[in-house]
Amino acid sequence: MTAQTSPPAARVSSSWLSRLLRARELSLILILVVLVLGTGLVNERFLSAQNLRDMLLNVSLIALAVVGQTLVLLMRHVDLSVSSVVGLSAYLSGMAFVTFPGLPWPLALLGGLAFGAVLGVINGLLVAYGRVPALVATLGTLYVFRGVDYAIVRGGQINASQLPASFLEVATGSLLGLPLVVWLTLAALIGFSVYLRSYRAGREYYAVGSSAEAAVLAGIAVSRRTLIGFTLSGAIAGLVGVLYLARYGTVDATAGTGLELQVVAAAVVGGVSISGGVGTLAGAGIGALLLGVIASALVTLRAPAFWQQAIQGALLLLAISTDALLSRRAARAAKLARTEQAARAKQSAGTEQAAPQERVP
Amino acid sequence: MFPTTHNPFPIPDSQFPTPMTPTPLLTLEHARKRFGPVQALSDVSLELYPGEAHALLGENGAGKSTLVKILAGVHAPDGGELRLGGVLRHFRGTKDARDAGIAVIYQEPTLFPDLSVAENVLMGRQPLGAGGRIAWRAMSIRVAALMSELGVPLEPDAAVRGLSIADQQLVEIAKALSFEARVLIMDEPTAALTPTETERLFKVVRTLRARGAAVLFITHRLEEAFAECQRVTILRDGAWVDSGPVGDFDTHKVVSRMVGRELGELYPRGEARVGAVMLEVDGLSRAGAFSNISFSVRRGEILGLAGLVGAGRSEVARAIFGVDSRDAGEVRLEGIRIAPSSVVAALRAGLALVPEDRRQQGLVMNLSIERNATLSILGRLRRFFWMDRSLERASAQTWTDKLRLKAHRLTDPVSSLSGGNQQKVVLAKWLCTHPRVLIVDEPTRGIDVGAKAEVHRTLAELAAEGLAVLLISSDLPEVLGMADRILVMREGQIAGELSRAEASEEAVMRLATGTQSAGAFPLEMGSRGAA
Repeated sequence: MTAQTSPPAARVSSSWLSRLLRARELSLILILVVLVLGTGLVNERFLSAQNLRDMLLNVSLIALAVVGQTLVLLMRHVDLSVSSVVGLSAYLSGMAFVTFPGLPWPLALLGGLAFGAVLGVINGLLVAYGRVPALVATLGTLYVFRGVDYAIVRGGQINASQLPASFLEVATGSLLGLPLVVWLTLAALIGFSVYLRSYRAGREYYAVGSSAEAAVLAGIAVSRRTLIGFTLSGAIAGLVGVLYLARYGTVDATAGTGLELQVVAAAVVGGVSISGGVGTLAGAGIGALLLGVIASALVTLRAPAFWQQAIQGALLLLAISTDALLSRRAARAAKLARTEQAARAKQSAGTEQAAPQERVP
Repeated sequence: MFPTTHNPFPIPDSQFPTPMTPTPLLTLEHARKRFGPVQALSDVSLELYPGEAHALLGENGAGKSTLVKILAGVHAPDGGELRLGGVLRHFRGTKDARDAGIAVIYQEPTLFPDLSVAENVLMGRQPLGAGGRIAWRAMSIRVAALMSELGVPLEPDAAVRGLSIADQQLVEIAKALSFEARVLIMDEPTAALTPTETERLFKVVRTLRARGAAVLFITHRLEEAFAECQRVTILRDGAWVDSGPVGDFDTHKVVSRMVGRELGELYPRGEARVGAVMLEVDGLSRAGAFSNISFSVRRGEILGLAGLVGAGRSEVARAIFGVDSRDAGEVRLEGIRIAPSSVVAALRAGLALVPEDRRQQGLVMNLSIERNATLSILGRLRRFFWMDRSLERASAQTWTDKLRLKAHRLTDPVSSLSGGNQQKVVLAKWLCTHPRVLIVDEPTRGIDVGAKAEVHRTLAELAAEGLAVLLISSDLPEVLGMADRILVMREGQIAGELSRAEASEEAVMRLATGTQSAGAFPLEMGSRGAA
């Protein structure tokens, strides 16, 4: 019974979905290359080792947060509280270094993870068990966490001089040419890519986002999966907070403000659907890179500073509406082909039957 | 059309056990189920034997869906016994039913549109390779094997989004097969399929039967039941009516069993004084929903629009009223063309539509009765920039009095009313626009007998006052009792027209299911009726 089936390897390429996704990532990379080379031609300093390194550092913090956000977006939810988790975690870990100067930095990273996870659990409980829409729940915690941050900081500030040099090395030092932060982000992207692609648990994110009803019928514990997703998103945001401290050294109560929209934007530009079920971490990571490069290029090209945000937003809208347009067109084409096929089938059945009918007096 | 004579899977008849086989696969005895005040099922029994296809027949609302949901573990019965292979079972959820070997294929499959066919079949049970990682190749091969067992050419790696409904059903069947389901329940699987797809589905059903599975087949198309099933069970008004081998039944017997009701005195309606043509619908078509719909309604006339659920009646009403766009055709009111796809134009011309789903489409549940009753004429109640509250109240009072609305205060939220009284508020809302044509879609669904009679009386009075009424209803006695003429729709086309004298439940059902003469294919009926 397996004899007639053609080898699956040949058929994998025929899935239009995977083709589309691959095309999406390819076109993003293409835009990226054109952008980098084009900007480099206009101003060669853009391609200097220092500038590329700075760009990569900025991007890697966003890209790491995108990993957690993607898990949540795949389930047709959203986590807007990431920026407040980042801010709170950054300040609290700074305070920890001030209080215990001998604190080993790996412990700080773990502390950030754990602290973020706790905040993520709050989001997860609200969404999965409290049945609060994710947009509302995480918008609420976005303000609550930030408010707590203000209450703790009270106008204070952490400075780089208060932090151990070994900790700052995490962002500034070099390991095989790149800072540790970049390696960490790459590891998370690759690790979670494998998790999402190759493990049953990973596939559940896609299943829940694609159709929650079908997920229940398939025996998936939807609430539990939702809770886990938000917890992971929170934990990763907590880690990003500690790395944020290492990267910038100076942290006050406003640290990370506005990050949440950059993170969501990066994922969406990278092909993660806000309506769930579609997207890869490879795409989301490239999306983060693209947004980072655009921001940097605008500076290099001396775009009017006041307009940079507007330009970024416009590019984002362009990317998303093109995507929506293409998928709508694909859906319409598929539907049309189906109704035409049905009409043809009906017609042929009708003529088949007409002949004997006429003979009846 | 259905090749019972040249079966592409020639399996000797002896291989399909008949009721003579001593042990049924599934028995349901004296099942009961009540939802609030509604007794959905009372004393229903069913036996399914391995290798048989069993047709479950009944009118809309006869209790078929409730029965299916009990077997699927969605609802727990209030009473009765369910046995599988002789073992008593109590399902606490759909998972219990599935684990026991019962699979349900709904008319609209619930799948993951973004994932591949293979993942849809094996979600949560993907074959694993080294390190607990999903073995994608093995998964494809496994699903390809299932598909070739079913004899269908579905690519395991194709995305489900973009598959036709028929192909999606096959994915569901493949899933059932992978669970080694012994009982397959198909809820109107052919309603949305083309003849070719239907034939392919039946081939698959025969394959499943040859494997010893029992198939419970719910359909409105009687010729399918006769061609593909070995036994039938008929339900009416939530109760078991008859069971037996198909050979013991013919179309007439089945239809009279399904209907078999006396018309009560619910519908006192004298001879209508019908006037000039008011509404004309000419060649209305909308791809995928209905085609070439033409009819007219006169002053003082109630035109009934009957048909099975999904025949396209509500879609026609929505297109006439301009809610949905249309591909072809024209709507005229007293000879004047109404602009298409515009509710405003339809309202201005004097059309009103009381929609099917009053909670979702007809009412704003949190608003007061008077606010709801005057929503449609807000513009007229305006004085400069403010609402004239006294005018609003007066208008609401006039119509609710006329409709004999039973309410404590008009300022109470409309959600505090009973279903029948809610329906009167919807009627009031549209009647205060002084329409010349009123379209009512399922006006008495889910309301009790008393309120039903009130709605009927109102409609009769309105018609007597010269309103043209288009009454869409799945409640056959209602259509027969109220309408001066009845149009019957099937599969998006007008299957035929019956005068008050010709109309009977049997006649309507025959047109609606397309079983006028034995062996005639439903599509033929459609084209003949329209001619």
